[in-house]
Amino acid sequence: MASVKDRNGREASYDNSQRRAAPNPDTGPKGASAGLQYSGLEAYFGHHRQSAGSSLLRLLRSPFSSLLTWLVIAVALALPMGLTVMLDNVSGLTENLEGSSKITIYMKLTEDDQNALQLSQQIAQRQDVDSVEFISRHEALEEFKELSGWGDVLAYLDNNPLPSVIVVQPAEHVDSAGKVAGLTEKLESLSGVDNVQVDLQWVQRLNALFAVLKRVVIALAALFGVAVILIIGNTIRLAIENRRDEIIVVKLVGGTDPYVRRPFLYTGFWYGFIGAALAWCLVNISLLWIANPVNQLAALYYSRFNLHGLSFADTFLLMLFGGFLGIAGAWIAVKRHLDDIEPQ
Amino acid sequence: MNSDNMIHFDRVNKRYPGGFEALADVSFQLQRAEMAFLTGHSGAGKSTLLKLIMLMERPNKGQIFVGGQNLERFPRRQIPYFRRHIGVVFQNHQLLFDRTVFDNVALPLEIAGVTPKEIGRRVRASLDKVGLLKKEKVKPITLSGGEQQRVGIARAVVNKPSVLLADEPTGNLDPELSEEIMQLFQQFNQVGVTVLVATHDLALVKQMRHRVLRLDHGQLIV
Ligand SMILES: Nc1ncnc2c1ncn2[C@@H]1O[C@H](COP(=O)(O)OP(=O)(O)OP(=O)(O)O)[C@@H](O)[C@H]1O
Ligand SMILES: [Mg+2]
Repeated sequence: MASVKDRNGREASYDNSQRRAAPNPDTGPKGASAGLQYSGLEAYFGHHRQSAGSSLLRLLRSPFSSLLTWLVIAVALALPMGLTVMLDNVSGLTENLEGSSKITIYMKLTEDDQNALQLSQQIAQRQDVDSVEFISRHEALEEFKELSGWGDVLAYLDNNPLPSVIVVQPAEHVDSAGKVAGLTEKLESLSGVDNVQVDLQWVQRLNALFAVLKRVVIALAALFGVAVILIIGNTIRLAIENRRDEIIVVKLVGGTDPYVRRPFLYTGFWYGFIGAALAWCLVNISLLWIANPVNQLAALYYSRFNLHGLSFADTFLLMLFGGFLGIAGAWIAVKRHLDDIEPQ
Repeated sequence: MNSDNMIHFDRVNKRYPGGFEALADVSFQLQRAEMAFLTGHSGAGKSTLLKLIMLMERPNKGQIFVGGQNLERFPRRQIPYFRRHIGVVFQNHQLLFDRTVFDNVALPLEIAGVTPKEIGRRVRASLDKVGLLKKEKVKPITLSGGEQQRVGIARAVVNKPSVLLADEPTGNLDPELSEEIMQLFQQFNQVGVTVLVATHDLALVKQMRHRVLRLDHGQLIV
Protein backbone atom coordinates (compact mmCIF):
# COMPACT_ATOMS: atom_id res chain seq x y z
CA MET A 1 0.00 0.00 0.00
CA ALA A 2 1.58 3.19 -1.15
CA SER A 3 0.37 6.59 -0.22
CA VAL A 4 0.42 9.97 -1.82
CA LYS A 5 0.13 13.37 -0.28
CA ASP A 6 -2.72 15.10 -2.04
CA ARG A 7 -2.93 18.78 -2.85
CA ASN A 8 -4.17 19.64 0.60
CA GLY A 9 -1.34 17.77 2.24
CA ARG A 10 -3.61 15.01 3.45
CA GLU A 11 -2.55 11.48 2.95
CA ALA A 12 -4.52 9.92 0.18
CA SER A 13 -4.13 6.23 -0.14
CA TYR A 14 -3.58 4.82 -3.52
CA ASP A 15 -3.84 1.12 -3.34
CA ASN A 16 -0.89 -0.16 -5.25
CA SER A 17 -1.27 -3.81 -4.39
CA GLN A 18 -4.77 -3.96 -5.77
CA ARG A 19 -3.85 -2.51 -9.08
CA ARG A 20 -4.07 -5.07 -11.76
CA ALA A 21 -0.83 -6.33 -13.10
CA ALA A 22 0.11 -6.13 -16.72
CA PRO A 23 -2.60 -5.46 -19.22
CA ASN A 24 -3.81 -8.78 -20.38
CA PRO A 25 -6.38 -9.22 -23.09
CA ASP A 26 -7.49 -12.54 -21.64
CA THR A 27 -8.68 -10.89 -18.49
CA GLY A 28 -11.95 -10.21 -20.21
CA PRO A 29 -14.82 -8.47 -18.51
CA LYS A 30 -14.30 -10.26 -15.23
CA GLY A 31 -11.21 -10.49 -13.12
CA ALA A 32 -11.53 -8.22 -10.12
CA SER A 33 -11.81 -8.43 -6.40
CA ALA A 34 -14.88 -10.04 -4.89
CA GLY A 35 -17.84 -7.88 -3.88
CA LEU A 36 -16.50 -4.80 -5.59
CA GLN A 37 -17.31 -5.88 -9.04
CA TYR A 38 -20.37 -7.50 -10.52
CA SER A 39 -19.93 -10.86 -12.12
CA GLY A 40 -19.97 -10.75 -15.90
CA LEU A 41 -23.62 -11.79 -15.99
CA GLU A 42 -24.73 -9.35 -13.30
CA ALA A 43 -22.94 -6.52 -15.05
CA TYR A 44 -24.49 -7.58 -18.34
CA PHE A 45 -28.06 -7.56 -17.05
CA GLY A 46 -27.38 -4.51 -14.94
CA HIS A 47 -26.37 -2.60 -18.00
CA HIS A 48 -29.41 -3.86 -19.90
CA ARG A 49 -31.67 -2.59 -17.15
CA GLN A 50 -29.81 0.68 -16.95
CA SER A 51 -29.82 1.18 -20.73
CA ALA A 52 -33.54 0.43 -20.94
CA GLY A 53 -34.30 2.93 -18.20
CA SER A 54 -31.96 5.70 -19.24
CA SER A 55 -32.89 5.52 -22.91
CA LEU A 56 -36.58 5.86 -22.02
CA LEU A 57 -35.79 8.75 -19.70
CA ARG A 58 -33.77 10.41 -22.41
CA LEU A 59 -36.75 10.21 -24.75
CA LEU A 60 -39.09 11.60 -22.12
CA ARG A 61 -36.71 14.44 -21.37
CA SER A 62 -37.26 15.86 -24.85
CA PRO A 63 -40.99 15.18 -24.94
CA PHE A 64 -41.82 17.25 -27.98
CA SER A 65 -39.45 15.71 -30.50
CA SER A 66 -40.01 12.23 -29.05
CA LEU A 67 -43.76 12.63 -29.30
CA LEU A 68 -43.42 13.74 -32.90
CA THR A 69 -41.49 10.59 -33.77
CA TRP A 70 -43.90 8.44 -31.79
CA LEU A 71 -46.85 9.95 -33.65
CA VAL A 72 -45.26 9.35 -37.04
CA ILE A 73 -44.70 5.73 -36.07
CA ALA A 74 -48.20 5.50 -34.61
CA VAL A 75 -49.82 6.77 -37.80
CA ALA A 76 -47.77 4.38 -39.90
CA LEU A 77 -48.79 1.45 -37.70
CA ALA A 78 -52.41 2.57 -37.19
CA LEU A 79 -53.27 2.37 -40.87
CA PRO A 80 -52.74 -1.36 -41.40
CA MET A 81 -53.88 -2.01 -37.84
CA GLY A 82 -57.16 -0.15 -38.33
CA LEU A 83 -57.81 -1.82 -41.67
CA THR A 84 -57.23 -5.21 -40.08
CA VAL A 85 -59.71 -4.43 -37.32
CA MET A 86 -62.30 -3.25 -39.83
CA LEU A 87 -61.84 -6.28 -42.03
CA ASP A 88 -62.09 -8.50 -39.01
CA ASN A 89 -65.33 -6.88 -38.01
CA VAL A 90 -66.86 -7.05 -41.44
CA SER A 91 -65.92 -10.65 -42.11
CA GLY A 92 -67.59 -11.49 -38.81
CA LEU A 93 -70.59 -9.75 -40.22
CA THR A 94 -70.78 -11.98 -43.29
CA GLU A 95 -70.48 -15.05 -41.06
CA ASN A 96 -73.66 -13.88 -39.45
CA LEU A 97 -75.25 -13.14 -42.76
CA GLU A 98 -74.61 -16.70 -43.93
CA GLY A 99 -76.68 -17.90 -41.03
CA SER A 100 -79.45 -15.52 -41.93
CA SER A 101 -79.82 -16.70 -45.50
CA LYS A 102 -83.01 -18.37 -46.53
CA ILE A 103 -83.22 -21.87 -47.97
CA THR A 104 -85.56 -22.54 -50.87
CA ILE A 105 -86.92 -26.06 -51.43
CA TYR A 106 -88.30 -26.92 -54.84
CA MET A 107 -90.60 -29.95 -54.76
CA LYS A 108 -90.73 -32.55 -57.52
CA LEU A 109 -93.42 -31.86 -60.10
CA THR A 110 -94.95 -35.21 -59.27
CA GLU A 111 -95.76 -34.03 -55.77
CA ASP A 112 -99.03 -32.24 -55.39
CA ASP A 113 -99.59 -29.21 -53.17
CA GLN A 114 -101.18 -31.34 -50.47
CA ASN A 115 -98.03 -33.40 -49.91
CA ALA A 116 -95.86 -30.35 -50.11
CA LEU A 117 -97.90 -28.53 -47.51
CA GLN A 118 -97.64 -31.52 -45.18
CA LEU A 119 -93.90 -31.60 -45.67
CA SER A 120 -93.61 -27.88 -44.96
CA GLN A 121 -95.48 -28.39 -41.70
CA GLN A 122 -93.08 -31.19 -40.78
CA ILE A 123 -90.13 -28.96 -41.55
CA ALA A 124 -91.54 -26.15 -39.47
CA GLN A 125 -91.46 -28.51 -36.45
CA ARG A 126 -87.71 -28.94 -36.73
CA GLN A 127 -85.44 -27.56 -34.04
CA ASP A 128 -83.09 -25.91 -36.50
CA VAL A 129 -85.88 -24.17 -38.42
CA ASP A 130 -87.39 -20.89 -37.40
CA SER A 131 -90.28 -20.61 -39.83
CA VAL A 132 -91.43 -21.80 -43.24
CA GLU A 133 -93.41 -20.22 -45.98
CA PHE A 134 -95.37 -22.43 -48.31
CA ILE A 135 -95.97 -21.40 -51.92
CA SER A 136 -98.40 -23.63 -53.77
CA ARG A 137 -98.01 -24.44 -57.46
CA HIS A 138 -100.87 -22.15 -58.26
CA GLU A 139 -99.44 -19.29 -56.22
CA ALA A 140 -96.09 -19.82 -57.87
CA LEU A 141 -97.65 -19.54 -61.27
CA GLU A 142 -99.52 -16.37 -60.37
CA GLU A 143 -96.38 -14.85 -58.99
CA PHE A 144 -94.46 -15.79 -62.09
CA LYS A 145 -97.11 -14.31 -64.34
CA GLU A 146 -97.06 -11.11 -62.43
CA LEU A 147 -93.30 -10.74 -62.26
CA SER A 148 -92.21 -12.04 -65.64
CA GLY A 149 -94.80 -10.55 -67.93
CA TRP A 150 -94.94 -13.90 -69.74
CA GLY A 151 -98.43 -14.65 -68.52
CA ASP A 152 -99.89 -14.88 -72.01
CA VAL A 153 -97.41 -17.52 -73.05
CA LEU A 154 -98.19 -19.60 -69.98
CA ALA A 155 -101.85 -19.56 -70.93
CA TYR A 156 -101.01 -21.83 -73.84
CA LEU A 157 -99.52 -24.52 -71.62
CA ASP A 158 -101.69 -27.45 -70.68
CA ASN A 159 -100.49 -27.76 -67.16
CA ASN A 160 -98.59 -25.72 -64.60
CA PRO A 161 -94.82 -26.16 -65.13
CA LEU A 162 -93.91 -24.78 -61.72
CA PRO A 163 -93.35 -26.88 -58.60
CA SER A 164 -94.55 -26.02 -55.14
CA VAL A 165 -91.97 -24.21 -53.12
CA ILE A 166 -91.10 -24.17 -49.42
CA VAL A 167 -89.01 -21.23 -48.20
CA VAL A 168 -87.23 -22.10 -44.96
CA GLN A 169 -85.90 -19.56 -42.51
CA PRO A 170 -83.27 -21.37 -40.38
CA ALA A 171 -83.37 -21.02 -36.62
CA GLU A 172 -81.16 -18.39 -35.05
CA HIS A 173 -78.60 -20.88 -33.77
CA VAL A 174 -77.91 -22.03 -37.33
CA ASP A 175 -75.47 -19.17 -37.70
CA SER A 176 -72.60 -20.39 -39.80
CA ALA A 177 -72.07 -21.56 -43.34
CA GLY A 178 -71.30 -25.05 -42.05
CA LYS A 179 -74.50 -25.35 -40.07
CA VAL A 180 -76.56 -24.04 -42.96
CA ALA A 181 -74.95 -26.62 -45.24
CA GLY A 182 -75.83 -29.37 -42.75
CA LEU A 183 -79.44 -28.27 -42.68
CA THR A 184 -79.52 -28.07 -46.47
CA GLU A 185 -78.28 -31.62 -46.76
CA LYS A 186 -80.98 -32.90 -44.44
CA LEU A 187 -83.67 -31.04 -46.36
CA GLU A 188 -82.40 -32.46 -49.63
CA SER A 189 -82.84 -35.99 -48.33
CA LEU A 190 -86.54 -35.53 -47.59
CA SER A 191 -88.85 -37.41 -49.92
CA GLY A 192 -90.48 -35.41 -52.66
CA VAL A 193 -87.76 -32.78 -52.66
CA ASP A 194 -86.27 -32.06 -56.06
CA ASN A 195 -83.76 -29.36 -55.35
CA VAL A 196 -82.61 -27.17 -52.48
CA GLN A 197 -80.98 -23.79 -52.96
CA VAL A 198 -79.31 -21.56 -50.45
CA ASP A 199 -79.15 -17.91 -51.22
CA LEU A 200 -75.41 -17.72 -50.59
CA GLN A 201 -73.93 -16.46 -53.77
CA TRP A 202 -73.62 -12.85 -52.77
CA VAL A 203 -72.04 -13.85 -49.45
CA GLN A 204 -69.50 -15.95 -51.32
CA ARG A 205 -68.69 -13.04 -53.56
CA LEU A 206 -68.27 -10.83 -50.56
CA ASN A 207 -65.92 -13.35 -48.98
CA ALA A 208 -63.83 -13.51 -52.13
CA LEU A 209 -63.62 -9.75 -52.03
CA PHE A 210 -62.46 -9.91 -48.42
CA ALA A 211 -59.76 -12.42 -49.32
CA VAL A 212 -58.41 -9.88 -51.79
CA LEU A 213 -58.68 -7.06 -49.26
CA LYS A 214 -56.83 -9.12 -46.66
CA ARG A 215 -53.93 -9.53 -49.05
CA VAL A 216 -53.94 -5.82 -49.71
CA VAL A 217 -53.84 -5.11 -45.98
CA ILE A 218 -50.94 -7.53 -45.47
CA ALA A 219 -49.03 -5.85 -48.29
CA LEU A 220 -49.77 -2.45 -46.77
CA ALA A 221 -48.71 -3.65 -43.35
CA ALA A 222 -45.41 -4.87 -44.78
CA LEU A 223 -44.82 -1.56 -46.52
CA PHE A 224 -45.63 0.46 -43.44
CA GLY A 225 -43.51 -1.87 -41.31
CA VAL A 226 -40.55 -1.11 -43.57
CA ALA A 227 -41.40 2.58 -43.27
CA VAL A 228 -41.34 2.33 -39.48
CA ILE A 229 -37.97 0.58 -39.58
CA LEU A 230 -36.57 3.34 -41.79
CA ILE A 231 -38.04 6.13 -39.67
CA ILE A 232 -36.58 4.68 -36.50
CA GLY A 233 -33.28 3.90 -38.22
CA ASN A 234 -32.97 7.50 -39.30
CA THR A 235 -33.91 8.83 -35.88
CA ILE A 236 -31.29 6.63 -34.26
CA ARG A 237 -28.73 7.75 -36.81
CA LEU A 238 -29.30 11.33 -35.72
CA ALA A 239 -29.09 10.32 -32.06
CA ILE A 240 -25.76 8.63 -32.78
CA GLU A 241 -24.46 11.77 -34.49
CA ASN A 242 -25.57 13.88 -31.55
CA ARG A 243 -23.78 11.66 -29.09
CA ARG A 244 -20.63 11.17 -31.09
CA ASP A 245 -18.35 12.67 -28.44
CA GLU A 246 -19.82 10.50 -25.77
CA ILE A 247 -19.40 7.37 -27.88
CA ILE A 248 -15.75 8.20 -28.50
CA VAL A 249 -15.05 8.77 -24.81
CA VAL A 250 -16.82 5.55 -23.85
CA LYS A 251 -14.78 3.59 -26.38
CA LEU A 252 -11.61 5.31 -25.21
CA VAL A 253 -12.08 4.21 -21.62
CA GLY A 254 -12.87 0.63 -22.54
CA GLY A 255 -16.51 0.41 -23.62
CA THR A 256 -17.14 -2.59 -25.89
CA ASP A 257 -19.18 -2.33 -29.07
CA PRO A 258 -22.21 -4.10 -27.56
CA TYR A 259 -22.00 -1.78 -24.55
CA VAL A 260 -22.04 1.28 -26.77
CA ARG A 261 -24.81 -0.10 -28.96
CA ARG A 262 -27.16 -1.10 -26.18
CA PRO A 263 -28.69 2.29 -25.28
CA PHE A 264 -29.40 2.96 -28.95
CA LEU A 265 -31.05 -0.41 -29.46
CA TYR A 266 -33.24 0.26 -26.44
CA THR A 267 -34.07 3.70 -27.79
CA GLY A 268 -35.25 2.01 -30.99
CA PHE A 269 -37.27 -0.45 -28.94
CA TRP A 270 -39.02 2.34 -27.05
CA TYR A 271 -39.79 4.22 -30.23
CA GLY A 272 -41.49 1.15 -31.70
CA PHE A 273 -43.13 -0.10 -28.50
CA ILE A 274 -44.69 3.19 -27.48
CA GLY A 275 -45.42 4.11 -31.11
CA ALA A 276 -47.47 0.90 -31.34
CA ALA A 277 -49.29 1.77 -28.12
CA LEU A 278 -50.17 5.16 -29.59
CA ALA A 279 -51.30 3.44 -32.79
CA TRP A 280 -53.64 1.36 -30.68
CA CYS A 281 -55.04 4.57 -29.19
CA LEU A 282 -55.54 6.06 -32.64
CA VAL A 283 -57.37 2.95 -33.85
CA ASN A 284 -59.59 2.83 -30.80
CA ILE A 285 -60.45 6.50 -31.00
CA SER A 286 -61.40 6.02 -34.64
CA LEU A 287 -63.50 3.00 -33.70
CA LEU A 288 -65.34 5.01 -31.07
CA TRP A 289 -65.95 7.70 -33.61
CA ILE A 290 -67.50 5.38 -36.19
CA ALA A 291 -69.18 3.01 -33.74
CA ASN A 292 -72.46 4.89 -33.63
CA PRO A 293 -73.20 5.12 -37.34
CA VAL A 294 -71.95 1.57 -37.85
CA ASN A 295 -74.25 0.23 -35.20
CA GLN A 296 -77.15 2.12 -36.70
CA LEU A 297 -76.30 0.73 -40.10
CA ALA A 298 -75.97 -2.76 -38.66
CA ALA A 299 -79.32 -2.48 -36.94
CA LEU A 300 -80.92 -1.93 -40.31
CA TYR A 301 -79.60 -5.26 -41.55
CA TYR A 302 -78.90 -7.53 -38.68
CA SER A 303 -79.25 -6.75 -35.04
CA ARG A 304 -76.46 -8.77 -33.47
CA PHE A 305 -73.52 -7.08 -35.11
CA ASN A 306 -71.19 -5.32 -32.70
CA LEU A 307 -68.06 -3.36 -33.56
CA HIS A 308 -65.06 -4.72 -31.66
CA GLY A 309 -61.53 -3.37 -31.25
CA LEU A 310 -58.26 -5.20 -30.53
CA SER A 311 -58.10 -7.69 -27.69
CA PHE A 312 -55.65 -7.13 -24.86
CA ALA A 313 -53.41 -9.96 -26.03
CA ASP A 314 -53.43 -8.67 -29.61
CA THR A 315 -52.56 -5.21 -28.39
CA PHE A 316 -49.63 -6.47 -26.39
CA LEU A 317 -48.39 -8.56 -29.30
CA LEU A 318 -48.66 -5.52 -31.48
CA MET A 319 -46.59 -3.45 -29.07
CA LEU A 320 -43.93 -6.15 -28.96
CA PHE A 321 -43.98 -6.22 -32.74
CA GLY A 322 -43.54 -2.45 -32.76
CA GLY A 323 -40.63 -2.85 -30.35
CA PHE A 324 -39.14 -5.45 -32.64
CA LEU A 325 -39.41 -3.12 -35.63
CA GLY A 326 -37.72 -0.45 -33.50
CA ILE A 327 -34.81 -2.72 -32.62
CA ALA A 328 -34.49 -3.68 -36.29
CA GLY A 329 -34.33 -0.03 -37.34
CA ALA A 330 -31.88 0.81 -34.58
CA TRP A 331 -29.74 -2.16 -35.48
CA ILE A 332 -29.37 -0.97 -39.06
CA ALA A 333 -28.39 2.52 -37.89
CA VAL A 334 -25.99 1.18 -35.28
CA LYS A 335 -24.32 -1.19 -37.73
CA ARG A 336 -23.93 1.50 -40.35
CA HIS A 337 -22.95 4.45 -38.21
CA LEU A 338 -21.91 3.52 -34.70
CA ASP A 339 -19.38 0.77 -35.20
CA ASP A 340 -17.35 3.12 -37.40
CA ILE A 341 -16.98 5.75 -34.70
CA GLU A 342 -13.56 5.26 -33.21
CA PRO A 343 -11.44 7.60 -31.12
CA GLN A 344 -9.03 9.44 -33.43
CA MET B 1 13.09 -8.30 -23.94
CA ASN B 2 13.22 -7.18 -20.38
CA SER B 3 10.06 -8.18 -18.52
CA ASP B 4 10.32 -5.06 -16.38
CA ASN B 5 9.38 -3.01 -19.41
CA MET B 6 5.89 -1.58 -19.36
CA ILE B 7 6.11 -0.04 -22.79
CA HIS B 8 8.47 -1.26 -25.44
CA PHE B 9 8.67 0.07 -29.01
CA ASP B 10 10.78 -1.98 -31.35
CA ARG B 11 11.63 -0.25 -34.66
CA VAL B 12 8.15 1.11 -35.09
CA ASN B 13 7.05 2.77 -38.29
CA LYS B 14 3.77 4.57 -38.75
CA ARG B 15 2.68 5.80 -42.13
CA TYR B 16 -0.76 7.39 -42.40
CA PRO B 17 -2.96 6.69 -45.39
CA GLY B 18 -1.81 9.24 -47.90
CA GLY B 19 1.80 8.30 -47.35
CA PHE B 20 2.84 10.65 -44.58
CA GLU B 21 5.38 8.98 -42.32
CA ALA B 22 4.50 10.11 -38.79
CA LEU B 23 6.95 7.78 -37.01
CA ALA B 24 10.13 6.33 -38.45
CA ASP B 25 12.07 3.52 -36.84
CA VAL B 26 11.16 4.42 -33.29
CA SER B 27 12.58 2.21 -30.54
CA PHE B 28 12.50 2.83 -26.82
CA GLN B 29 11.60 1.17 -23.55
CA LEU B 30 9.75 2.53 -20.60
CA GLN B 31 10.08 0.59 -17.38
CA ARG B 32 7.34 -0.26 -14.99
CA ALA B 33 6.68 2.72 -12.69
CA GLU B 34 8.84 4.99 -14.83
CA MET B 35 7.80 8.48 -15.80
CA ALA B 36 8.83 10.15 -19.05
CA PHE B 37 8.01 13.18 -21.17
CA LEU B 38 7.46 13.07 -24.87
CA THR B 39 8.47 16.30 -26.59
CA GLY B 40 8.96 17.59 -30.09
CA HIS B 41 7.70 20.21 -32.51
CA SER B 42 4.13 20.26 -33.69
CA GLY B 43 3.63 17.37 -36.10
CA ALA B 44 6.62 15.47 -34.74
CA GLY B 45 4.46 12.42 -34.03
CA LYS B 46 3.79 12.66 -30.28
CA SER B 47 0.08 12.03 -30.47
CA THR B 48 0.65 9.29 -32.99
CA LEU B 49 2.97 7.48 -30.60
CA LEU B 50 0.40 7.63 -27.79
CA LYS B 51 -2.35 6.42 -30.12
CA LEU B 52 -0.27 3.40 -31.03
CA ILE B 53 -0.04 2.47 -27.35
CA MET B 54 -3.82 2.80 -27.02
CA LEU B 55 -4.41 0.72 -30.14
CA MET B 56 -6.17 3.68 -31.72
CA GLU B 57 -3.72 3.28 -34.56
CA ARG B 58 -1.64 0.33 -35.72
CA PRO B 59 1.99 0.49 -36.81
CA ASN B 60 3.04 -0.36 -40.34
CA LYS B 61 6.29 -1.88 -39.23
CA GLY B 62 7.91 -2.92 -36.00
CA GLN B 63 6.41 -4.20 -32.79
CA ILE B 64 4.92 -2.67 -29.68
CA PHE B 65 4.68 -4.38 -26.32
CA VAL B 66 2.59 -3.09 -23.45
CA GLY B 67 2.93 -4.91 -20.14
CA GLY B 68 4.72 -7.69 -21.99
CA GLN B 69 1.80 -8.08 -24.35
CA ASN B 70 2.58 -7.91 -28.05
CA LEU B 71 0.09 -5.59 -29.69
CA GLU B 72 0.68 -7.02 -33.13
CA ARG B 73 -2.47 -8.71 -34.41
CA PHE B 74 -4.18 -7.84 -31.15
CA PRO B 75 -7.84 -8.91 -31.63
CA ARG B 76 -10.13 -5.96 -32.21
CA ARG B 77 -12.80 -7.32 -29.90
CA GLN B 78 -10.34 -7.41 -27.01
CA ILE B 79 -9.24 -3.80 -27.38
CA PRO B 80 -11.82 -2.40 -24.92
CA TYR B 81 -10.60 -4.73 -22.16
CA PHE B 82 -7.02 -3.74 -22.91
CA ARG B 83 -7.89 -0.05 -22.71
CA ARG B 84 -9.33 -0.48 -19.23
CA HIS B 85 -5.76 -0.90 -18.00
CA ILE B 86 -4.61 2.37 -19.51
CA GLY B 87 -5.63 5.76 -18.24
CA VAL B 88 -5.66 8.53 -20.84
CA VAL B 89 -5.86 12.28 -20.62
CA PHE B 90 -6.39 13.51 -24.14
CA GLN B 91 -6.85 17.11 -25.08
CA ASN B 92 -9.80 16.67 -27.37
CA HIS B 93 -12.49 14.14 -26.45
CA GLN B 94 -12.52 15.08 -22.84
CA LEU B 95 -15.42 15.44 -20.48
CA LEU B 96 -19.09 14.86 -21.20
CA PHE B 97 -20.84 18.11 -20.50
CA ASP B 98 -24.33 16.70 -20.08
CA ARG B 99 -23.45 14.86 -16.87
CA THR B 100 -21.97 15.74 -13.52
CA VAL B 101 -18.33 15.59 -12.55
CA PHE B 102 -19.10 12.47 -10.53
CA ASP B 103 -20.72 10.71 -13.50
CA ASN B 104 -17.83 11.67 -15.74
CA VAL B 105 -15.31 10.13 -13.42
CA ALA B 106 -17.52 7.09 -12.80
CA LEU B 107 -17.75 6.22 -16.50
CA PRO B 108 -14.79 3.79 -16.73
CA LEU B 109 -16.00 1.98 -13.61
CA GLU B 110 -19.55 1.64 -14.91
CA ILE B 111 -18.19 0.22 -18.12
CA ALA B 112 -16.09 -2.28 -16.17
CA GLY B 113 -19.16 -3.39 -14.19
CA VAL B 114 -18.10 -2.14 -10.77
CA THR B 115 -20.84 -2.10 -8.13
CA PRO B 116 -22.44 1.29 -7.39
CA LYS B 117 -21.18 1.34 -3.83
CA GLU B 118 -17.64 0.69 -4.91
CA ILE B 119 -18.02 3.24 -7.70
CA GLY B 120 -18.97 5.87 -5.14
CA ARG B 121 -15.96 5.05 -3.01
CA ARG B 122 -13.45 5.03 -5.81
CA VAL B 123 -14.79 8.10 -7.60
CA ARG B 124 -14.58 10.11 -4.40
CA ALA B 125 -11.09 8.84 -3.67
CA SER B 126 -10.09 9.84 -7.17
CA LEU B 127 -11.72 13.28 -6.98
CA ASP B 128 -10.11 13.78 -3.60
CA LYS B 129 -6.71 13.15 -5.10
CA VAL B 130 -7.17 15.89 -7.68
CA GLY B 131 -8.70 18.16 -5.05
CA LEU B 132 -12.18 18.33 -6.53
CA LEU B 133 -14.19 16.35 -4.02
CA LYS B 134 -16.48 19.31 -3.40
CA LYS B 135 -17.34 19.64 -7.08
CA GLU B 136 -18.66 16.16 -7.63
CA LYS B 137 -22.25 17.29 -8.18
CA VAL B 138 -21.63 20.14 -10.61
CA LYS B 139 -21.58 20.03 -14.39
CA PRO B 140 -18.08 20.37 -15.94
CA ILE B 141 -19.13 23.47 -17.88
CA THR B 142 -19.09 25.45 -14.63
CA LEU B 143 -15.45 24.51 -13.94
CA SER B 144 -12.30 26.38 -14.93
CA GLY B 145 -9.97 24.94 -17.55
CA GLY B 146 -7.58 23.63 -14.92
CA GLU B 147 -10.39 22.05 -12.94
CA GLN B 148 -11.75 20.37 -16.04
CA GLN B 149 -8.29 19.01 -16.77
CA ARG B 150 -8.15 17.60 -13.25
CA VAL B 151 -11.53 15.93 -13.66
CA GLY B 152 -10.10 14.32 -16.78
CA ILE B 153 -7.16 13.08 -14.75
CA ALA B 154 -9.45 11.76 -12.03
CA ARG B 155 -11.31 9.79 -14.68
CA ALA B 156 -8.05 8.48 -16.13
CA VAL B 157 -6.85 7.09 -12.81
CA VAL B 158 -10.16 5.98 -11.27
CA ASN B 159 -9.80 2.47 -12.62
CA LYS B 160 -6.29 2.16 -11.16
CA PRO B 161 -4.56 1.75 -14.50
CA SER B 162 -1.04 0.42 -14.84
CA VAL B 163 -0.22 3.03 -17.46
CA LEU B 164 -1.19 6.69 -17.62
CA LEU B 165 -0.89 8.52 -20.93
CA ALA B 166 -1.41 12.25 -21.30
CA ASP B 167 -1.42 14.28 -24.50
CA GLU B 168 -0.65 17.92 -23.79
CA PRO B 169 -2.52 17.96 -20.52
CA THR B 170 -1.39 21.50 -19.79
CA GLY B 171 -2.19 22.75 -23.29
CA ASN B 172 -3.80 26.08 -22.44
CA LEU B 173 -3.23 26.42 -18.72
CA ASP B 174 -1.17 29.09 -17.00
CA PRO B 175 2.30 28.07 -15.73
CA GLU B 176 1.17 27.65 -12.14
CA LEU B 177 -1.72 25.34 -13.01
CA SER B 178 0.50 23.46 -15.42
CA GLU B 179 2.94 22.73 -12.67
CA GLU B 180 0.15 21.53 -10.39
CA ILE B 181 -1.09 19.15 -13.06
CA MET B 182 2.40 17.79 -13.68
CA GLN B 183 2.89 17.25 -9.99
CA LEU B 184 -0.32 15.27 -9.94
CA PHE B 185 1.10 12.97 -12.59
CA GLN B 186 4.25 12.67 -10.58
CA GLN B 187 2.26 11.58 -7.55
CA PHE B 188 0.63 8.78 -9.49
CA ASN B 189 4.01 7.79 -10.81
CA GLN B 190 5.34 7.61 -7.26
CA VAL B 191 2.79 4.95 -6.38
CA GLY B 192 3.85 2.79 -9.27
CA VAL B 193 1.97 3.96 -12.33
CA THR B 194 3.93 4.16 -15.55
CA VAL B 195 3.41 7.70 -16.86
CA LEU B 196 4.07 9.10 -20.32
CA VAL B 197 3.23 12.75 -20.93
CA ALA B 198 3.41 14.45 -24.33
CA THR B 199 3.99 18.17 -23.94
CA HIS B 200 5.31 21.34 -25.52
CA ASP B 201 6.20 22.88 -22.20
CA LEU B 202 9.97 22.49 -22.25
CA ALA B 203 10.55 24.70 -19.22
CA LEU B 204 8.34 22.53 -17.10
CA VAL B 205 9.93 19.37 -18.48
CA LYS B 206 13.36 20.62 -17.48
CA GLN B 207 12.14 21.45 -14.02
CA MET B 208 10.60 18.03 -13.41
CA ARG B 209 13.77 15.99 -13.94
CA HIS B 210 12.33 12.96 -15.63
CA ARG B 211 13.40 11.11 -18.68
CA VAL B 212 12.65 12.90 -21.96
CA LEU B 213 11.87 11.23 -25.27
CA ARG B 214 12.32 13.80 -28.03
CA LEU B 215 10.71 13.32 -31.41
CA ASP B 216 11.82 15.16 -34.51
CA HIS B 217 9.93 14.57 -37.74
CA GLY B 218 8.94 11.13 -36.58
CA GLN B 219 12.37 10.12 -35.38
CA LEU B 220 13.44 9.64 -31.82
CA ILE B 221 16.45 11.79 -30.91
CA VAL B 222 18.63 10.09 -28.36
N1 LIG C 1 -5.22 10.55 -39.15
C1 LIG C 1 -4.19 11.10 -39.81
N2 LIG C 1 -4.12 11.00 -41.14
C2 LIG C 1 -3.09 11.53 -41.82
N3 LIG C 1 -2.08 12.17 -41.26
C3 LIG C 1 -2.09 12.31 -39.93
C4 LIG C 1 -3.14 11.78 -39.12
N4 LIG C 1 -2.89 12.07 -37.84
C5 LIG C 1 -1.72 12.75 -37.84
N5 LIG C 1 -1.24 12.88 -39.08
C6 LIG C 1 0.01 13.54 -39.44
O1 LIG C 1 1.05 12.92 -38.75
C7 LIG C 1 1.97 13.88 -38.27
C8 LIG C 1 2.16 13.67 -36.79
O2 LIG C 1 0.97 13.99 -36.15
P1 LIG C 1 0.83 14.01 -34.57
O3 LIG C 1 -0.57 14.36 -34.25
O4 LIG C 1 1.34 12.72 -34.06
O5 LIG C 1 1.81 15.18 -34.19
P2 LIG C 1 2.06 15.84 -32.74
O6 LIG C 1 3.50 15.66 -32.44
O7 LIG C 1 1.08 15.30 -31.76
O8 LIG C 1 1.73 17.35 -33.06
P3 LIG C 1 1.08 18.43 -32.08
O9 LIG C 1 2.15 18.85 -31.14
O10 LIG C 1 0.69 19.53 -33.01
O11 LIG C 1 -0.08 17.77 -31.44
C9 LIG C 1 1.40 15.23 -38.60
O12 LIG C 1 2.12 15.78 -39.68
C10 LIG C 1 0.00 15.00 -39.00
O13 LIG C 1 -0.37 15.83 -40.04
MG1 LIG D 1 -0.62 16.04 -30.74
